[in-house]
Amino acid sequence: MPSWKNIRNDFPALNQLVNGKPLVYLDNAATAQKPRAVIDALTRFYERDNANVHRGLHALSMRATSAYEGARARVAKFVNAAAPEEIVFTRGTTESINLVAASWGGANLRPGDVILLTEMEHHSNLVPWQLVAKRTGAILRYIPVTGDDGLLDLRQLDRLLTPEVKLFAFTHISNTLGTINPVAELCARARKAGIVTVVDAAQSIGHMPVDVQAIGCDFLAFSGHKMAGVTGIGALYGRRALLDAMPPWQGGGGMIASVDLYESRWKPAPERFEAGTPNFADAVALSAACDYLDGLGRAEIQRHDGDLARQAYARLGELPGIRLLGPPGERGGLVSFALGDVHAHDVVTFADEDGIALRGGHHCNQPLMKKLGLTSTARASFYVYNTPEEIDVLIASLKRIQKFFGG
Amino acid sequence: MSSDLSELYQHVILDHNRRPRNRGQLPTANRVAHGDNPSCGDQCSVFLRLDGDRISDISFDGSGCAISQASASLMTTQLKGKTASEAREINRRFHDIVTTGREPEEISDLAAFAGVHAFPARIKCATLAWYAAMNALDDNKASATTEVERD
Repeated sequence: MPSWKNIRNDFPALNQLVNGKPLVYLDNAATAQKPRAVIDALTRFYERDNANVHRGLHALSMRATSAYEGARARVAKFVNAAAPEEIVFTRGTTESINLVAASWGGANLRPGDVILLTEMEHHSNLVPWQLVAKRTGAILRYIPVTGDDGLLDLRQLDRLLTPEVKLFAFTHISNTLGTINPVAELCARARKAGIVTVVDAAQSIGHMPVDVQAIGCDFLAFSGHKMAGVTGIGALYGRRALLDAMPPWQGGGGMIASVDLYESRWKPAPERFEAGTPNFADAVALSAACDYLDGLGRAEIQRHDGDLARQAYARLGELPGIRLLGPPGERGGLVSFALGDVHAHDVVTFADEDGIALRGGHHCNQPLMKKLGLTSTARASFYVYNTPEEIDVLIASLKRIQKFFGG
Repeated sequence: MSSDLSELYQHVILDHNRRPRNRGQLPTANRVAHGDNPSCGDQCSVFLRLDGDRISDISFDGSGCAISQASASLMTTQLKGKTASEAREINRRFHDIVTTGREPEEISDLAAFAGVHAFPARIKCATLAWYAAMNALDDNKASATTEVERD
């Protein structure tokens, strides 16, 4: 069982110098570091149980199959899905959303139907909808963002929830603003109007309790690597009735009930959506990540990351000329900022010299940046192993940068 | 501050970043090309007044990091008054400097950018405006990009 005391020792990658300074890893919204327990679970699988899953009748294949399906059940429990069959393994959030867009969208959207999104969506919850809109003749509409305080303008919701809206997709936590959206309220409003909902949980899944039944969504997409799991694995939660009615989106082995030369029949969900050899090893590691995070407690993680983000927001606000994005109060574990005239990439390059890993750029949020009149921001994002002392290091570094460029 | 970083941001670059030369649109331009760096959102437009074979005036406009802005500014001072073939030769030398870190034998402000070599992620910041300028010179209407679009 992991503990908060000495938590940094659980993460081997944190124990290194970068440019001669102790690593201060503040790029967790891009990807989180991995605890030893997850790395070990992956290694153990490859060293002992590795064999292709399903249809295998030998010992290793049976072990691998049971580990893979065990991981599915673990992930289902992690998001409180009603059944393991509601979890489709994918490469990550992006693939999960593309799956819904291609399969559900392709089968259900008609010309003139409306896909409702928000202005704060990551490109991964925007471009797939543009693609399916082009293909089906559906139309995109957006809930506006209020401004630098980064809230959805929900007064527009009544006006926007027209009968033409068939699907409503939105992020749980904005990767640029840190805003935590009222997802349960949004889903309730949509459900009342018979609208299918898709929640992008990439930034929330590892940082707070995520319960699909409490949220009341139809689909929820997330990645493993932002929640202390490994890269290349993620999941789509889908309500079973919806998944079972959706056509396949990729064809191949593993997803068929029977194949003839000219026609095939599909397996039910989730196998229907997992053509080809699935990423079972990384799924096993994802299961270990679920165990690790639940060992710490996700409500405690939310408190920890949110506290750091609020402290950082307050401390950053004291720097002259800084522009902070997102709500001042309740927020997810990240802060984006523009440091006066100093470009974000210069900020990131200089911070790196102090051993600090930041991210600078448009954060896959170009429409939002355009709206706010920005081309890029720097972003500090926090996770379980970050400390208030690391905020001190960040502030000192930013002061040096301001002095260098201003002096 | 490490020597690599101070070399990268040495005074010439900082100076051009703070006081950019030839910035803004050029009303007399007869060639224009646009460049963008999709991974960071840097944008740069280069305006040329080409009289015969000679660049009689040049300016740039856009937004980006200190390195991209300084490089664009310095470029305009280097290319103004040059013939097309001279400009291409200077472009080739600049490219050589930022990708190899070798400083030119003759004394030149271009040498300030030799430090970029130590930061591979920033090479495209330094070369963006130059790509756009070469496109303007070639009258290539395609937008210059530091990254190849892949299907």
